[in-house]
Amino acid sequence: MAITTTLAGRATSAELPRLIFGDRWDYDPAPESADPRIAPSYDLFIGGRFVPSAEGESFDSINPADEGVLTRIARANAADVDAAYAAADKAYARVWRKTSPRDRGKHLFRVSRLLQERAREFAVAESMDGGKPIRESRDFDLPMAAAHFFHYAGWADKFAYAVPGARVEPLGVVGQVIPWNFPLLMLAWKLAPALATGNCVVLKPAETTSVTAMKFAEILNEAEIPPGVVNIVTGGGETGRLVVNHPKAAKIAFTGSTEVGREIMRSSAGSGKKLTLELGGKAANIVFADAAMDQAVEGIINGIFFNQGHVCCAGSRLLVQETVAEEIIERLKHRLAVLRVGNPLDKNTDIGAINSRAQLDRIEELVADGEREGAAKYQPACALPERGWYYPPTLFTGVTQSHRIAREEIFGPVLSVLTFRTPEEALAKANNTCYGLSAGVWTEKGSLILKMARGLRAGVVWANTFNQFDPASPFGGYKESGFGREGGLQGIFEYVKTV
Amino acid sequence: MGRVTVNKTWKMLIGGAFVRSESGRVFAAPAAGGKKETGEAAGPQACRGSRKDLRNAVEAADKAFDGWSVRNGFNRGQILYRLGEMIESRAAEWAEALRGTAGGSSAAAKREVAAAVDRAVYYAGWADKFAQVLASTNPVAGPYFNFTAPEPTGVIGVIGGARTPLTGLLSQILPAVVGGNTVVALAPEEAPVTAVLLGEAVAVSDFPAGVINLLTGFREELTPAFASHEQIRGLDFVLPRDAAGEVEREAAAAIKRCRWRETGRDDDWLAEGAESVYEIRRFLEFKTVWHPHQV
Repeated sequence: MAITTTLAGRATSAELPRLIFGDRWDYDPAPESADPRIAPSYDLFIGGRFVPSAEGESFDSINPADEGVLTRIARANAADVDAAYAAADKAYARVWRKTSPRDRGKHLFRVSRLLQERAREFAVAESMDGGKPIRESRDFDLPMAAAHFFHYAGWADKFAYAVPGARVEPLGVVGQVIPWNFPLLMLAWKLAPALATGNCVVLKPAETTSVTAMKFAEILNEAEIPPGVVNIVTGGGETGRLVVNHPKAAKIAFTGSTEVGREIMRSSAGSGKKLTLELGGKAANIVFADAAMDQAVEGIINGIFFNQGHVCCAGSRLLVQETVAEEIIERLKHRLAVLRVGNPLDKNTDIGAINSRAQLDRIEELVADGEREGAAKYQPACALPERGWYYPPTLFTGVTQSHRIAREEIFGPVLSVLTFRTPEEALAKANNTCYGLSAGVWTEKGSLILKMARGLRAGVVWANTFNQFDPASPFGGYKESGFGREGGLQGIFEYVKTV
Repeated sequence: MGRVTVNKTWKMLIGGAFVRSESGRVFAAPAAGGKKETGEAAGPQACRGSRKDLRNAVEAADKAFDGWSVRNGFNRGQILYRLGEMIESRAAEWAEALRGTAGGSSAAAKREVAAAVDRAVYYAGWADKFAQVLASTNPVAGPYFNFTAPEPTGVIGVIGGARTPLTGLLSQILPAVVGGNTVVALAPEEAPVTAVLLGEAVAVSDFPAGVINLLTGFREELTPAFASHEQIRGLDFVLPRDAAGEVEREAAAAIKRCRWRETGRDDDWLAEGAESVYEIRRFLEFKTVWHPHQV
């Protein structure tokens, strides 16, 4: 397709040398071969021991890459959740609150080290269980999870500094419910600050991704974290409700959909429970005409296709300044053509498997709606594996603000492109959403970055970068993306009370 | 025969204007000045605000948010301090007006007005400091400059309680306002005079129109509207447990930030700890900005 020059003097993508991949170069398979050491079945982890569920129920954990059964997971019912809270309560009263802050920290440092030592094994397990590319679980999820424990370990005997002028105490027992998109990392985001500040925890992993949580339970014992300080109950939505509504929970921390977040708010209304909700997003990634184009294009690709787009802060709405829209779309199409979709365990894979059949259905439904509402769909020619759940990288142009694909969280590798003329218009469009989790800005002009960063109603703003995370950097939303922060100094506040 | 006095009509403050309820309804306010009520017509009549009044007030607050939220802290501080000055200068009159409204004595009313002045001064002083105390630069493990700074949440709804009603209402409004939020507050129906007094002080303290809106009326009637209004982004309310549960259930629809103070347990406004930078923090959002620092 011909590319017109849109700005005088700018080298357009038409003039850039380009490698034609097509199907002429086959990649050799490059599978990661470390043994994930996944047991044939997993029990619940309560009071430091692995125990079967009281009613003996369990469910299959499916590998989304080939739809094979990976292992069986126990399903926790009311009696199990009760037992978990009782164990946590006992551990809090008898052990953990009496453990010196320094020693609490040392336990967490151990956890971090043990995770680092077993990182490769955990990364493979994470990719098999959830479908994410091994490159991401190896280079992002595992190091970041270990870093979170290391970071908060150091806070354990210093967290009073995070709440100046007040005396603070732990809350007691907290219930935590985490999602399937970054299973181990979300566990780390939740557990590390809760434990560092002296709380005990009942944690429920997502139904489709429990494996690394149960493997992590082994690490808790290896690190000699006292029994009952962390209890892990597996199961689906019903188990989650039991965890959230338990009267012994002083606080609920939840990451997941805005819909479930609402349900949690409703069910804990009037209880006085402290809440942290990290919910959905529909981030605008705003590219101005003067942006460094190569970096911006990489940032857009990373922003939406990272982890198959199963990212609450994904840059799913691309807002491009009109004068460079054509050029950017052209560059994106070329970039999409070289993304490799396939086996999550292959080190060359960019986009792995969609986490579940249900999620794949939702993506397909929203994409069909996008086409029906009049947006133009683009997908590169891309062979998908025959078994397993996959979705090709997808680009929509001609999207308007009222389209469903511009309003609803898709949670898949689908990018909607909109255009704007002025910074004010970009701000208005970016903020025209019930969400407010993250946003991106690309421009070489410093004052414009600060103007946009100030005007965007979102909890994280990435300027000339996207999808950066760090244990020291708070994360969380405005508006219906939830409240409370995870990470950094501000993350401490969520797990203490002032007395 | 003595002079015929000119009595004040009690009005609400919405968008910088003193207005009656659009509904035209009034209710008999508990007698001020500790005087015994002699009959329904004898006491002052307060406006019985309606849901429509509330919507008007939210619209005014929403409009005021854009300007107020980006005012510099020094300026916000001066305006709050002036509010303190305005109350102090009318302390005797206010104490007289408050006496008896919440069952307090003359001395209690004086103490309460003094506490109100001090609270205004306390929060005025935070205006250009809380961000420094609550913000951070974050040492991330990468070539990025990364900082976190607080920003206001939006329009905050306040439902006042009966206990020390003036200091209470002010202690709910001011932390939200000093943080850059705008407020729609329902004065406690046990002391609607608090809205009248505060309204007069707010109107002469350089607050832009709509930053503080004061309604009078019945809690039971207006609370559901506070809870469900989508443009209200946060709620600070003194209510008993059952009513609070209703509010929080309704507030879930728009993921509102809720600050519940339980009637009779958590509403001691004169106590140490009723004022804190962490009260300001309740209605702040934390924004984290990343930028590469390598070219």
